[in-house]
Amino acid sequence: MTENLIIQEDNLVWNKPSTLLDVPMHYCPGCGHSTVHRILMEVVEELGIADRTIGVAPVGCSVFAYHYLNVDMQQAAHGRACAVATGIKRVHPDKIVFTYQGDGDLAAIGTAETIHAANRGENITVIFINNGIYGMTSGQMAPTSLAGMQTTTSPFGRDVQTMGYPMKISEMLAMLPGVSFVTRQAVHKPALVRKAKKSIRQALEYNIKGMGFSLVEIVSNCPSNLKMTPIESNIFVENKMIPFYELGDIKVPSEVL
Amino acid sequence: MAKVKGDIVIDLEICKGCELCISVCPEDTLGLGNKINVKGYRYIAKVNDNCTGCSNCAIICPDSVFTVYRMKLN
Repeated sequence: MTENLIIQEDNLVWNKPSTLLDVPMHYCPGCGHSTVHRILMEVVEELGIADRTIGVAPVGCSVFAYHYLNVDMQQAAHGRACAVATGIKRVHPDKIVFTYQGDGDLAAIGTAETIHAANRGENITVIFINNGIYGMTSGQMAPTSLAGMQTTTSPFGRDVQTMGYPMKISEMLAMLPGVSFVTRQAVHKPALVRKAKKSIRQALEYNIKGMGFSLVEIVSNCPSNLKMTPIESNIFVENKMIPFYELGDIKVPSEVL
Repeated sequence: MAKVKGDIVIDLEICKGCELCISVCPEDTLGLGNKINVKGYRYIAKVNDNCTGCSNCAIICPDSVFTVYRMKLN
């Protein structure tokens, strides 16, 4: 069988989504950010909401998300993505607003904005990338770093007596009544990528129905700052991070409108 | 049972050679080549014709390097 017979329009089973711009991403090789960008944009394309979606980019590795996502984007000050998204959603209630934040942005400097946006039940979707480390500033300890994890600011391992415990933002937010949907997923295996895509789709569908704040936490890797190869960093996620940050739906709406 | 035959097209210039696709390919179709692309990374190449078009490589690939095709053989 010659290749030309297989490579035809009719046989196409997977292609890059049209909502993702055709530019090379600046992320390190093997970074989970680009995978999440892609599945998010696949969902936006499938739901047909690209022309009425507004995204808010954070500060961190994904600060240039607006270069890659072919939807209207706004870049927020460090940690303030949920506050900016609140403003956008209130001025344009017919638009679908999401924020895309890392753990240094959402769980450290932006904790207050995130918790209060969730408590107000703002009708936005938050995509939260949790890799347990500050990526852009070269590997400092984040609030989500695991106990005993070595980073540049905790070179002898994170001592929970002096540096506190890793923070489970998703469980915290799930307690609030304004929050409709909270889930934690990962993207280091093809099956988990499919599941994460399903969860992002669910979150955006709840957003479209106006059911309140929804959060999709994605446990991801950081090969450069964990000083590992991409495959080793995925094994680290599997063996060390997933046992602490357990995957699955944390809160689902009791009744679907 | 109809046999399935697949094929992939690789965008060499945006591949960063992270090798995640090699680790998930059930047919061991992918390998890291010796050549270097414009960005300075060794990029992925097909090493055999066993591809079944399962799309695992495309789903795990962070940089959307692959386009996957699949057809049934009679």
